[in-house]
Amino acid sequence: MSQVIRGRVYVVGDNIDTDQIIPAQYLSLVPTIPQEYEWLGGYALSGLPGDRYPVRLIEPGQGPSRYTVVVAGRNFGCGSSREHAPIALGAAGIQAVVAESFARIFFRNCIATGELYPLEAQQRLCDELRTGDEVEIDLDAGTLRRTSDGRVERLRPPGEAAKVIAAGGLFAYARATGLVPGATAGARIPSRTDQGRSP
Amino acid sequence: MSMTLSEKLLARAAGKKQVEPGETVLARVDVLMTHDVCGPGTIGVFQREFGADARVWDRERVVIIPDHYIFTADARANRNVDLLRDFVRQQGIRYFYDVVENAVTWQFDPSQGQLRAQYGPRYAGVCHIALAEKGHTRPGEVLVGTDSHTCTAGAFGEFATGIGNTDAAFVLGTGQILLRVPQTIRFVLDGDLPPGVMAKDVILHLIGELGFDGATYQALEFTGDGVRSLTLDDRMTIANMAIECGAKNGLFEADESTCAHVDARGRAHGTTRPYEIVRPDPDAHYVAEHSINLSTLEPTVALHPDPARRARARDCTDVRLDRAYIGSCTGGKFSDFAAAARILRGRRVAIDTFGVPATPPIVEQLKTTVVRSPAAHDGQSVWDVLVAAGVRMTENASCAACLGGPVDTFGRLNAPLRCITTTNRNFPGRMGHPDSQVILASPYTVAASALAGHVADPRDYLQSGEDEP
Repeated sequence: MSQVIRGRVYVVGDNIDTDQIIPAQYLSLVPTIPQEYEWLGGYALSGLPGDRYPVRLIEPGQGPSRYTVVVAGRNFGCGSSREHAPIALGAAGIQAVVAESFARIFFRNCIATGELYPLEAQQRLCDELRTGDEVEIDLDAGTLRRTSDGRVERLRPPGEAAKVIAAGGLFAYARATGLVPGATAGARIPSRTDQGRSP
Repeated sequence: MSMTLSEKLLARAAGKKQVEPGETVLARVDVLMTHDVCGPGTIGVFQREFGADARVWDRERVVIIPDHYIFTADARANRNVDLLRDFVRQQGIRYFYDVVENAVTWQFDPSQGQLRAQYGPRYAGVCHIALAEKGHTRPGEVLVGTDSHTCTAGAFGEFATGIGNTDAAFVLGTGQILLRVPQTIRFVLDGDLPPGVMAKDVILHLIGELGFDGATYQALEFTGDGVRSLTLDDRMTIANMAIECGAKNGLFEADESTCAHVDARGRAHGTTRPYEIVRPDPDAHYVAEHSINLSTLEPTVALHPDPARRARARDCTDVRLDRAYIGSCTGGKFSDFAAAARILRGRRVAIDTFGVPATPPIVEQLKTTVVRSPAAHDGQSVWDVLVAAGVRMTENASCAACLGGPVDTFGRLNAPLRCITTTNRNFPGRMGHPDSQVILASPYTVAASALAGHVADPRDYLQSGEDEP
C-alpha cells in the first residue's frame, strides 16, 4: 500500500468530541451494515457548530468529502467510545487526522478499525493550516508538507499503531502476529483499500 | 517492585507477577458489556471476523443491556434491540436485559406518551447503574464495555474501561483484550463533604483541576480517609466521570461497604461469583499525587462547552436557564433524586424540569420511599414530592436526553436552549440542538437552579426541620 497521503485538509479546533464527529441521533446506524456505513460518512463532523464552521466536511448527499485529511487541535475525539466516529470519518473519505493530541478511545478505535491514521503533530497545525490547503503526508518519513509553499512539519512517530492500521486493523494484525488463528470460515481480512465497505 | 491498584489488577488479569506503565498486556476479561447503540456493530464485526456460526467465548460473561435509544419511534433504534435479541438467542447468552418479555420485536408506542412505563420485568435501564444493581460488578475483576462511562464500575475496586466495537468483538471471540498499562494519578481524599456539596462537586472540581485532557491514558486512584464517608453511589459518580478528563479508568479500593453491596446484589440476582479484593502496594509509584480536603469544596458547575470549565455555582447566578434535567448514569440514581427532592420539597420549579431515573428499580424505590416530615409533605413519596414541584418524571428509565438521541427523545434539547443537568458531558450539541448549551452540576445545584431559573447555590435552598427521605 501507499505510504503517502495527498489531498486537501479540513481544519478544526480543540476538543472536537465524538458528538460533533457523529451526532448522537445517527447512532442507530449500524456501521457493519454497508448501506448504513455509507450514510454514517454523510454525517461526518455534522455536529460542528455552524457559526464557527460555515464550510462543511461533507454536504448532504454529496458522496465522498472533498477533503482527505482532518487537522485538529488538542484532545480530538474526546467523549464517547462510539466506533461510529472514526468510521464516519473513514466512510467520508478521510484517510488521516493530524491533531495536537487525541483522546484515548478514539485513537484506539482508529487503529482497531484500520479506518484512518491518527497522527500527532509536533506543532499546533490547526493554527497554521487553512481548510482547503493541499498537503502531502509521508508516513514513513513522518512529515506533512504543504504543497503551496513546500513547508514541512514533523509528525510524531506512530510506533506500533502504524503497523496495525497498515495491516488493515486489529484482526488482520492479530492474525498476522498469531494472537488469533488464521482466517476462519466466512471471515475476511480487511485491507486498507476495502475496509469496512462490505459486511 | 510495588504496583498501583490498576497495575495490580492488570498484572492479575494478564497472569503476570509484575507490569509497568506503558507496557501492553493481553488481559483476561471477566465481563464484557454492550448495549443497543454499539452492540449491533460489535456483533457485526464478531460475525465478520470469527464467522457467522462462531460462538462467544463465554455466554455467562457477556452482559447485554439495551438502554440508550429505547423509548423512541425511530425504527432503526427499535430494530437494534431486535438485533441484540437475535444474537442472544443464537448464542444462549445468559444476561440479556430485554425491553419486553418473550418478544420477537420491540416497538415503542408513542401514543401512550413518554411518562408511563413501556417495559417488561427484565428491562434493566442505564447499563452502568444496571451492572451494579444486577451484581455484575465485583472487586478484582476486569470489566470492559462499549461505552465510555464503563469506568463507573471502578467504584467497586475493579479495572473498568470503555472500548470500541472492534475491540469488543475481539473480546467476544477470545475473552481477552490488549491493554496498555496506564500510569496512575493518586487522589488522597480527607474530611467530609459539607452540607449542600455532593460527589458530583468533587469530580467537577477535579476535572477543572486536571483539565479536559489532563489525565489522558492515565488511571485515577482515589484513597484516603475521606473515601470511607463516601457511599457506593458517591464513588460511582466520581469514577463515572474519570473519562471527562481523558482518564482510562477511575478506581476506589474495595472496603466492607463495597463487599456488602456486591454480595447483596449477587444474592438477589443469582449473579454471585467468587471475587478477590486487590489492594495497591503501600509504596507504589504514582505519576502525580493530589490531596483534597472534602470539607473545603463548594457547589461546583462546569460551564458550556467543556467539562473542565469549572466555576463556583455562587459565582454564576447571572447565568439564566431554560431547562433543568435530572438523570443518566452520572446523576440518575436514587440518591440523586432524593437530594433533588430535599431542595424541591414544597416548592415549585420556575423552568421546564425533566427527571429520568436510571433504572426501573430506582423508579420503584422513588415511588415507595416515603418522606417523613413535620410539614405538609409527610407521607408523600419522593416521586410525588418531585411531581408536586413540577418535575416531569418519566418511568421510562434510560439514557434519554443525556446524549440527545433521536429527536423524539424525552427531554431532548430540540431548540437552542440552555440546560443545567446532572449528566456528564457538555460539548456543543451534546443534548440535542447544535446551538444549545449544557451546564453540568450536582442534583442539589440543578434542583436549586430549577427553582431560581438561573444557576443557584443550593446552600441558599437547603431546608431544615425535615428528615431525610
